Parts: sequence; structure tokens; C-alpha cells
Amino acid sequence: MSSTTAGAPPVAAAPRVETPFRRFVSEFAESRLALFGLVVFAVIVLVAVLAPWIAPQDPYDLAQLDIMDGRLEPGSVGGSGITHWLGTDDQGRDMLSGILYGLRISLTVGAGSAILACVVGASLGMLAAYAGGRTDSLIMRLVDLQLSFPAILAALMILAFLGKGILNVVIALVVVEWAYYARTVRGTALVERRREYIEAAQCLALPTRRIIFRHLLPNCLPPLIVVGTMQVARAIALEATLSFLGLGVPITEPSLGLLIANGYEYMLSGKYWISFYPGIALLVTIVSINLVGDQLRDVLNPRLKK
Amino acid sequence: MTVFLLRRLLQAAAVVLVMSLLVFLGVYAIGDPVEILISPEADQIERERAIKALGLDLPLWQQYLVFLGNALRGDLGRSFVFNEPALRLILDRMPATLELAVGATILALLIGLPLGLYAGLRPHSPVSKGILAGSILGFSLPTFWVGLMLIMVFAVQLGWLPSTGRGETVTVLGMRWSFLTRDGLAHMIMPMVNLSLFKISLIIRLTRAGVRETMLMDYVKFARAKGLSPARITLVHVFKNILIPVVTVVGLEFGGTIAFSVVTESVFAWPGMGKLIIDSINVLDRPVMVAYLMVIVLMFITINLVVDITYSVLDPRVRLEGK
Repeated sequence: MSSTTAGAPPVAAAPRVETPFRRFVSEFAESRLALFGLVVFAVIVLVAVLAPWIAPQDPYDLAQLDIMDGRLEPGSVGGSGITHWLGTDDQGRDMLSGILYGLRISLTVGAGSAILACVVGASLGMLAAYAGGRTDSLIMRLVDLQLSFPAILAALMILAFLGKGILNVVIALVVVEWAYYARTVRGTALVERRREYIEAAQCLALPTRRIIFRHLLPNCLPPLIVVGTMQVARAIALEATLSFLGLGVPITEPSLGLLIANGYEYMLSGKYWISFYPGIALLVTIVSINLVGDQLRDVLNPRLKK
Repeated sequence: MTVFLLRRLLQAAAVVLVMSLLVFLGVYAIGDPVEILISPEADQIERERAIKALGLDLPLWQQYLVFLGNALRGDLGRSFVFNEPALRLILDRMPATLELAVGATILALLIGLPLGLYAGLRPHSPVSKGILAGSILGFSLPTFWVGLMLIMVFAVQLGWLPSTGRGETVTVLGMRWSFLTRDGLAHMIMPMVNLSLFKISLIIRLTRAGVRETMLMDYVKFARAKGLSPARITLVHVFKNILIPVVTVVGLEFGGTIAFSVVTESVFAWPGMGKLIIDSINVLDRPVMVAYLMVIVLMFITINLVVDITYSVLDPRVRLEGK
């Protein structure tokens, strides 16, 4: 699996030509659970993207909200004639709509921070592996330092200093996550750069940049994808936790964590649905990503190959 | 050994220094220190005096040295809200957090080890698959939400357990503890379960992986060939060998548990360090934030150091590697 990156199956597909990508797909599909996770996650992304068109109500549009509809039980019909299948919160907001819109924010923050952290971490990891020596030990010291402190604590402190806001949450998540990517890429790159194809590229006097981006990086991708998948789930969970603690996203852009926090005070009076359903949405999202990630790790890990 | 110890100690000290610099910069460089360290209610004259007294008219590097000097003497500033030394506030709350974290760790070991052992010994039984699926769920469940659901079921609907606070406490060694009274223990159950959930999953996975690896070892085969009973092989030969990595990880994770108790304490209004820091962040009580951070940093470095040293005692290869 040296030069072929995922994608682009041959067009003139003779019956059952085995390409690395096909093999990857069929191995992935061996686990029904993982396939199920993938489908669920795809559906979640789809409903999040389509939220403005499929949600019964626009939870940002104050004109559509009626305080008289506040804290309605699931299944009851509100003053505007909408059936609130998952009930309403204290503002009279339809929970189903709130969840659909909240998913958008949770997914954006999760995926956005994971991608940014991946770019930062992979670059630094690659630099460490390729430069070696003092640069390497400096970067790896930083990684060790970062990883020895729990993510929640580091993120908490960064947000305490920066204040609330979606961008600040993303910054905090990138800071606590980059180290995982850096460590992964460095580990793989150290092994890969001793391989013959890198030697060959060096003998051809290709520019270093080209060797790193066109030769080394594609071969470091499999473990990076695995870490990336897991980190998206972690980022979503962490964002929800921070928002629940009141340090994450602002009240004007409620993610799932903030929706759950809103229901906290009504929990004790038995109005469970305000916190319960957003939590279920969060849980299903995280579990589906983890299921996919688990299987990816098994498939992409060459050490587990039979 | 002495050289190794000395080197590790020096490294630890260096990390503390770096962290103190980061905290210092976080407080002094990102925010306006006057706003941060002087109560917003102070008038102009008070402000001037405070700026002089705090040395805020000095250059930054001198301020850092002053901060460091004060920190070494245990002076990390006074809380605006409680008007008490920040360090003492945190140390007052520490027993509550510690008993929760220790309780959660013990609970996690009691539940995680047997389940992991079973799943490792019978990897293909449906029960094991259930245990494994449960552990994935344990990793995925957002802690704070599980806490809310626990409150909903056991406090609101069933009314079995109290949902907030520490309950009755007993003073031992000058600190208040909940786990020594019936009422306190009842208050502890839900937060403890909540905090241990993630660790249970972790221990199940570690134990299971360890058992599966160990079962293939020659010494297990040999023990079996000798005709030892399966129970003895499992408990003496396998269990002892998987305990080392499990205990290491649990030890290292202890710091994480203390950090994560921020969430659990907020959900259950448990008056520990974690609740204090969240409250302090919300009212911008920065001296408490700084003090908390420094205490946590020290705690972490101590834990890492202890684990490192224990490791090097158990495994001489670690010690020799650096030479």
C-alpha cells in the first residue's frame, strides 16, 4: 500500500479487480456494527446540514417562539399548532428543532477543531521527524507536557483566560488536541523515512518539500485518519462538557452541551426532556463516530493484518 | 539510581518553572493585571496604592520574579470573593475532591478488573461482547449527562439518593470527610459512580487486552501442563502479571480523575476544588484560578514523578535507557 491513496477506483472495472481501496472498503464492511455506525453518522450529518429545511421551527427566530409554550411535555401541541415531539424548553423552543440546530454547532466545532489540530499537529510531527535533533526533542517535550495534563483542565484554563465564544472553543480544542496528531505522525514518519522509496526520492534530488508532502505524508495518513476520527468524537464531547460548565459556546449559539445545561435546573422538578433528548443526540453522535473509528483502527493497522 | 533520581527531580522542577511562567503570562499578559488582581469596586486612590503594592509598575521580568518568590512562600494572592488566601481556600476544598477521586478509583478497580478478566478469558462469549460494548459506551457517554440522568432516576423519580452536597461530615486530622458517616456516604454514591464510569471502561479494556496477551505466554502453557487448576492459573499467574500495567495506568490516571471531577462536582454541587474553580472562573476570581492551576501542576508532577520512580525500581531497563 505504498503509492495508492484512497479514492479513484479504476473506471473500466473488470470484474473484481482488487485495489487497495476496495480491499479497505470490504475489510471495513466486515463489521456490521461499524457499518451501522457509519450509516447513523451519515444520517446525523445529513439532518444537521438540512436542519433549516426540516426542523419544525427556527429556534433562532424569536418571532416563532411563544413563552406560553414553555416546558411543554413531549408530544404536546403548542400554541402555533406545531406538535412538539420532544417537548419544549423554558423559552418555548421546540426541542427537536433545537437539537437539529445544536448538532450543526457541535459538529462544526468538533470537525473544525479536529481538522485544524490535525494540520498543526501533523506539520509539527513531520517537522520533528524530518529535522530530528534539537527541533525533534523540543517538539516532543512540548507534546509530552501537553499530554501529561488532562484535556479538560487545559481547555478550561484557556477558556477562562480567553472568554466564551465559538472561536475560542476551537482554539482551546486545537491546543489540547494537536499533540496526539504530532505524536502519531512523528512515529509513523520516523519509520517511513528510512524506507527505500524515500531514499530513492532523495537520490533523485527532489526538493525536501516535495518529498515530505508527496511521498512521506500520504504514507503517514492511515494512522492519522484513525486518530482524527477518534479526536472528532473527543472534541464534540469536550465542547459539550465545556459548554455545560458555562465556558464554551455563547448562549446565542446553543450547541448540544448548552441545551443540556439549560435543562439542568428543570431536572429536579421532573421535566427531564429538556436535558434528556439533546444528551441522546450527543451520545448517538459520539458512539457512531467511535464505532467507525474502532473499525478503522483495526483495518488500517498493519500489525493486526493476518 | 541517585543520578536518575536527581535528573528526574531537576526535570520536574523545570516543568514547574515553565508552568509558573505560563500561568504568569496567562494572568498578566493576556488580561489587564490591574483588572484581574484588584477588586473592580476599588476607587482610583486604592488602585494606585494597590498597583504600587503589587509591584505592577515594575518591568515584567521583575514582576515574574516577585510572583515566583511569593509563590515559593505559599502566597498566591487573596480571593476577591472570599477575601481569604487563595491557597488556603483550595486546600480547604481538597479533601472533598480527594475522597471522591479515591472512591471512584477503588470502585473502578472493583468493577473493572473482574469484568475485564472475564472478557479476556472468554473473548467469544456473548457476555464478553456485552462487556466490551458496554465499555465503548462508557468511553462515549458524556460524563455530565450521565450525572444528570443519575439525578433524574435516583434522586427525582425514585428518591433513593440525595443529589447535591456532601451531607454530614466528620472532622479527622483537621479535615472534613464525608465517607465516614452514613449520610455522607449516601451523598457520595452518585458522584462516585459518575466519576468512575470512564475509568471502569478503561480498566476493562486494559485488563482484557492484558489477559489475552498473557494467556498465550509460555509460562501459562507450562503452568497448565503442570496440571494446575484453571483458577490458580488465572488468579496467580495471569492476574499478577496484568496488574502491573493496570496499576500504572490507574496511578497515572489519578490526576486525570481529579481534573475531571470538575465536571462531576459541578453536576452534583459537590463542594470540592473543581466546583470552586468553576465558580471562580464564572466570577473571574483570578487569584483562585492561579492558585488552583499551580496546585494541580504540582500534583501532576508529583504523580508523574512517583510513577516514574516506581517504574524504574520495577524495571531496570527504564533507568538504564537514558545512559
